[in-house]
Amino acid sequence: MGQITLQGVRKSFGPVNIIKDANLDIENGSFVVFVGPSGCGKTTLLRLIAGLEDVTGGQILIDGKNVVDVPPAKRGLSMVFQSYALYPHMSVRGNIAFGLKMAGLPRPEIDRKVEAAAATLNLTPYLDRKPRELSGGQRQRVAIGRAIVREPKAFLFDEPLSNLDAALRVQMRLEVTKLQKQLGTTAIYVTHDQVEAMTMADKIVVLNAGRIEQYGSPLELYERPANLFVAGFIGSPKMNFVPGEAAGEPGVATLGIRPEHLKIGKEGEGWPGTVSVAEHLGRDTFLYVDAGTLGMLTARGVGEFSLKAGDRVWLSPEPARLHRFDKEGAAVRA
Amino acid sequence: MATQQTQVLGRALLTPAVALLFIWMIVPLVMTIYFSTLHYSLLDAEAWRFVGLENFRYFLTDPAFLTALRNTLVLVGSVLAITILLGTPLALLLDQQVVGRSIVRLMVIAPFFVMPTVSALVWKNLLMHPVSGLFAWIATLVGATPIDWFNDAPLLAVILIVAWQWLPFATLILLTALQSQDEEQKEAAEMDGASALSTFIYLTLPHLARPITVVILIETIFLLTVFAEIFVTTGGGPGLQTTNIAFLIYSQALIQYDVGNASAGGLVAVVIANIVAFFLVRIVGRNLEA
Repeated sequence: MGQITLQGVRKSFGPVNIIKDANLDIENGSFVVFVGPSGCGKTTLLRLIAGLEDVTGGQILIDGKNVVDVPPAKRGLSMVFQSYALYPHMSVRGNIAFGLKMAGLPRPEIDRKVEAAAATLNLTPYLDRKPRELSGGQRQRVAIGRAIVREPKAFLFDEPLSNLDAALRVQMRLEVTKLQKQLGTTAIYVTHDQVEAMTMADKIVVLNAGRIEQYGSPLELYERPANLFVAGFIGSPKMNFVPGEAAGEPGVATLGIRPEHLKIGKEGEGWPGTVSVAEHLGRDTFLYVDAGTLGMLTARGVGEFSLKAGDRVWLSPEPARLHRFDKEGAAVRA
Repeated sequence: MATQQTQVLGRALLTPAVALLFIWMIVPLVMTIYFSTLHYSLLDAEAWRFVGLENFRYFLTDPAFLTALRNTLVLVGSVLAITILLGTPLALLLDQQVVGRSIVRLMVIAPFFVMPTVSALVWKNLLMHPVSGLFAWIATLVGATPIDWFNDAPLLAVILIVAWQWLPFATLILLTALQSQDEEQKEAAEMDGASALSTFIYLTLPHLARPITVVILIETIFLLTVFAEIFVTTGGGPGLQTTNIAFLIYSQALIQYDVGNASAGGLVAVVIANIVAFFLVRIVGRNLEA
């Protein structure tokens, strides 16, 4: 079981409030990603759950029990650190076994569990190597092995893939997701990479300046962002924001439309503009269009377009895909 | 850029320094070797003559030599043990967040800046003096008989003085090593349920293996040649109880005025230092490999 509930959790370092009143309900077995720009408090929130930091206020419940005063090891969680934090002078076996050894398990049981964890992660040939003799991806797997061997209630991942190169990151992303589904253990994963967030998560928590902006499934966030921040943060390239008045909707403060929902239309249809840059990626073409009073707009066209800088284009938004926001930045639903 | 030209220039610029260092080393060494083969007493300097290896035979068979060798090893070993066994907990303490940490650190480092002769005098006259010393005063306060350090436990007294001087060095090296320990590793151990003691044994001590090796190697080099503390406090005595190799050579040369014999002793000391270094590197040197 690994049901984690945050109730009014606050954290401040001196006068600085890092986390302001976080409320969250993480279901057992789900994969939850904390995402946000750097300095938004996502790592702090994870460390609060882990017990590596003390909360300033509020409650953290694991399976219904308040663990605010429980030391990290007793919370039944295990953590994968950004730097992996492997013990450098211990072999892979020693690293994975350390938690079990500290828990005072008998030797044969430790060996059995370590072998099993190593087999799951394809680490068996490396069990007697030192961390420095391993590649980045292997170290990452040792760190994960150290986490799974304790059979925790939940895994906590602190930007675990940020030190890997791009290709390996995609592969590990897949492996971590598969492993989590296979084990069925709750996982909380911190990242600043929205692609990681969208691909791995069952549910995403978008954090900004210590506040939870929205909590929902990846598609919910994409299709129904709760506010301007989430709308701008999720999706790449960023959503276009145009002033409502200029777009002919005086009732709303800001109108949002994603680049992929701006059709490059025929002459005289939609918003006119001038192409300032065209990025040809083969599969897609991104157009950066100067649309006068509407500001700069980004549009995505599928396939190859012969448009180039200086050309005139007309962009028509799909009406059903328009997002409307009020003066405070909150989404307005029809 | 390592072009031909810069290499030549680099060597040309280095040459004077290297040459000077080389002469500085080779001249005394050759002279020592030369003197070690002479019967050359300052009391009768005119009557010097070549005696071959006679000086070495005399020095090595002198019962004072074995005593001095034993004293040297006991001194080095004890001071190493004290500085590391006390330096580690001290470094751990100084690594904690305490009020006035910078002042405390400065105080801890202070003994290292005191000249050996001065600290030896302070210890001899103000602390360990059997009548007017601080330790004697404390002893009488609690009703015990004051210890006459330099008569009853002279070698121990010297060891304490030297250890006091070298403790800051060990503490400082170990402290910097502790500060370079990865914080996330300690947190990982905390998540793994390791107690403070287990974290120390399984993470901190292995992390300190290399700096401890450095402390042992560097301290050994200096401790083999301890002289001022002995000269100021006990003068090698009573008897030969605090005479180490360095002091023995001094006494051959400037108490007995036997330059030939002292030179032979000096060369023996060089060999002993090399033997000690050889064993040290065999025992602890592998910690230095990356």
